[in-house]
Amino acid sequence: MTNTVSGTPDTFPKLLILNAQRFGDRPAVREKEYGIWQTWTWKEVKEELFALAAGLRELGFSPGDKLAIIGRNRPRLYWGITAAQCLGGIPVPVYADSVAEEMEFVLNHAGVRFVLAEDQEQVDKVLEVGESVETLDQIIYDDPRGLREYDQTKLHDFAVVQNLGREALSREPELLNETIDQGRGSDVGIFLYTSGTTGKPKGVVLTNDNIIITSRNSVEFDRLTEAEETLSYLPMAWVGDHIFSHGQAYVAGFCINCPESEETVATDLREIGPTYYFAPPRVFEGLLTHVMIRMEDAGRIKQKLFHYFMKVARETGIRILDGEQVSLVDRLKYWLGNLLIYAPLKNTMGFSRIKLAYTAGEAIGPEIFDFYRSLGINIKQLYGQTEAAVFITMQPDGEVYADTVGVPAPEVDIRITDAGEVVYRGPGVFQSYFRDEEATRETKDDEGWVHTGDAGYFDDRGHLRIIDRAKDVGRLNDGSLFAPKYLENKLKFFPHIKEVVAFGHEREFVTALINIDLDAVGNWAERNNIPYASYQELAGNPEVYGMMEESIRQTNADLAGESQMGGSQIQRFLILHKELDPDDGEMTRTRKVRRNIIRDKYGVLVDALYEGLESCHIRTEVTFEDGRKGTLEADLSIRDVEVFPTVAKSA
Amino acid sequence: MDQAAASEDILLDLRNISLSFGGVKALIDISFDIRRGEVRAIIGPNGAGKSSMLNVINGFYHPQEGEVWFDGKLRGPMKPHQIARQGIARTFQNIALFRGMSTLDNLMTGRITHMHENMFWQAIWKGRAEKEELAHRERVEHIIDFLEIQSIRKTPVGKLPYGLQKRVELGRALAAESKLLLLDEPMAGMNLEEKEDMCRFVLDVHDQFGTTIALIEHDMGVVMDIADRVVVLDYGRKIGDGYPDEVRSNKDVIDAYLGVAHD
Repeated sequence: MTNTVSGTPDTFPKLLILNAQRFGDRPAVREKEYGIWQTWTWKEVKEELFALAAGLRELGFSPGDKLAIIGRNRPRLYWGITAAQCLGGIPVPVYADSVAEEMEFVLNHAGVRFVLAEDQEQVDKVLEVGESVETLDQIIYDDPRGLREYDQTKLHDFAVVQNLGREALSREPELLNETIDQGRGSDVGIFLYTSGTTGKPKGVVLTNDNIIITSRNSVEFDRLTEAEETLSYLPMAWVGDHIFSHGQAYVAGFCINCPESEETVATDLREIGPTYYFAPPRVFEGLLTHVMIRMEDAGRIKQKLFHYFMKVARETGIRILDGEQVSLVDRLKYWLGNLLIYAPLKNTMGFSRIKLAYTAGEAIGPEIFDFYRSLGINIKQLYGQTEAAVFITMQPDGEVYADTVGVPAPEVDIRITDAGEVVYRGPGVFQSYFRDEEATRETKDDEGWVHTGDAGYFDDRGHLRIIDRAKDVGRLNDGSLFAPKYLENKLKFFPHIKEVVAFGHEREFVTALINIDLDAVGNWAERNNIPYASYQELAGNPEVYGMMEESIRQTNADLAGESQMGGSQIQRFLILHKELDPDDGEMTRTRKVRRNIIRDKYGVLVDALYEGLESCHIRTEVTFEDGRKGTLEADLSIRDVEVFPTVAKSA
Repeated sequence: MDQAAASEDILLDLRNISLSFGGVKALIDISFDIRRGEVRAIIGPNGAGKSSMLNVINGFYHPQEGEVWFDGKLRGPMKPHQIARQGIARTFQNIALFRGMSTLDNLMTGRITHMHENMFWQAIWKGRAEKEELAHRERVEHIIDFLEIQSIRKTPVGKLPYGLQKRVELGRALAAESKLLLLDEPMAGMNLEEKEDMCRFVLDVHDQFGTTIALIEHDMGVVMDIADRVVVLDYGRKIGDGYPDEVRSNKDVIDAYLGVAHD
């Protein structure tokens, strides 16, 4: 073989060859099938993957061709990515749950010629839109079930394609060398389509360098090794999975584990016990709730032990994790707690071996964050985008805070524009949006700075804080910063607050409308023998008002400690008499508050908040689920909240 | 010669079957056959004798008159478990699973007719019995994968929702690797989505394993979509037999289903 690697490999095929040499017999990928974890070593992956690549070549795949990859996380689909790159082609992962029209758009837009689909469901979708995708030529499927009766002229079983490839390779072992050797770091490596929550999806073009350099930097930053184990369960078309399960796995040489099915992820997590794990905040939140509910049902002794040692953990666990000085007595207590509570608890969650966990995507509640850290789980936040090949900021060990997203990732420069928007440039910055020069120009300037659309600032520790979408950020009349979502999120972390709408742009001070969480507050009312007949009645209860006031007071105290945000403490609030509802147009279907509509609809209330009234009468129209309309009338009381002096700027 | 070819093609042949319980005549002189590799539906209004028919086929009831030819041989007096060993498996209208056992264990019971090691080796376990069980476990795992029930592998069946229990029951019948699979109302009580899933599975079973299937079903849409041939019973008599289109336009069938005006 002439496939020797000199220097640092700049493409994935070259990395694969290197890994087959240096980690040959180490596991590269596992998948649970037929109830057993099946393992492929790096050597075996190379053999399988080259057979696939050679097979694709036999089917006519040529340099520059696009290979769409559609399905959930399966080893064979991951191989498709590098196999296409071996031939100088471009892989295009597509979200497995996209409906046919979305798929049609992506296949057409990218100009896909080959498709690697998981099973009958995906093949059916591709065939459905296939007519209108002119470039489409061949379809390869992984799972042959139900596909025997299909017209096979353009359909190929994965195993058959591999056999084609193996024959070709035995005739001509050097078959792939030329295209692999020609691959360069600056070549386009992959198209990743943004999920398109706003308008049509955009195809983000990333080079091999973008992915490999970013992966290498982050692997070094967190000291990941070939011994890591991860669970690959997030969509392959999402940039995060591409970095965590592909880029970093190839660079560090660690093993990825594909779950048996979507429903078994929790069980598979427990079986694998990953050392490196990513999940969005709601997963960590759900796990914590689950633990807490189970604890409510536990015996009294167990409950007491649990609560006692969780208190110990909160006091010492995080400090131990951050490498601070902890007294011997505290260490002993923590050790005992670990023996009795933390270790078994981590085991049931599948976190026994975890070295590093990441969360990103939205804000995570500080209690949730601290819960995991106090157990000794090194959970961190990061801030990233597809356009940056994920990493914009990361949290170094010992400097992990719940309310910031960390310091700039290695080699990444971050600037805050005059308007308060975060812009960055670095090795991961995308080339362009495919076939969309206008959008590219809007997002990325000539010097390579990329606009995130997010507003943020660096705090005194040099950590970035993301506060809101840039377009939503305003100023109070005295010029201090007002970021409504930032305030609202802080309040929503209290379990009894469901929604908050804050006002303050071009006003004297900040006010808020509040929705209580009927489940949480209702539960509280039940335990305290407070009768109520409706949401409205419960919302108007003075004790409930007291609860909300206390929560806001705490938030204000918190805000006072932040030099940038201290000016936007909430001075007055009221509890709304009805829940904000998408049916009334007050929220989007994905439950995001529609600020402007609420301001118009509840204008009377907002005025009352600023006019210093004690209470206010309101009449609102509501839409019932069957479409009928009715009106709701109420007298709402308004309360003032204590405001704290802001800590002077230390900078 | 012709006869031999025909019997090759026919898996089960029922000739002039009559069954009565005391004075109640459940089945009256019924004849039909099931060809190898087809999906055969038995339909009819309530009390038409459909389930009795299945019970005759799997040997639970013994007809007073008539002959059952299975796999080219006339069936003599037999116990149901002997018939099961011959290669007939079934599911029940009102799920009959071991509720306290896991999905996996329930499926393993389907393999019992294929286990051969005697009690001695089973008791010693190490060696022959273990090897045998592992082989069976592998078959069962393929069925679990096929029916997409990995997530409930270790869940006690009694805790599962109804639709999934039905699927487990199908799995157990599949595990028996029978020549003939009898499904007694596999889609009863299911919502539209569950029905669609079940249809998919029945067709996939037929496609992948080439199993011959006889099924009772009330949902005419389902029957017309997935059955190759349909036999219609009413008050213990056969009133129709043929391809779905023929049966659909048969006047007796329409009368039996929609009722007929008596003047």
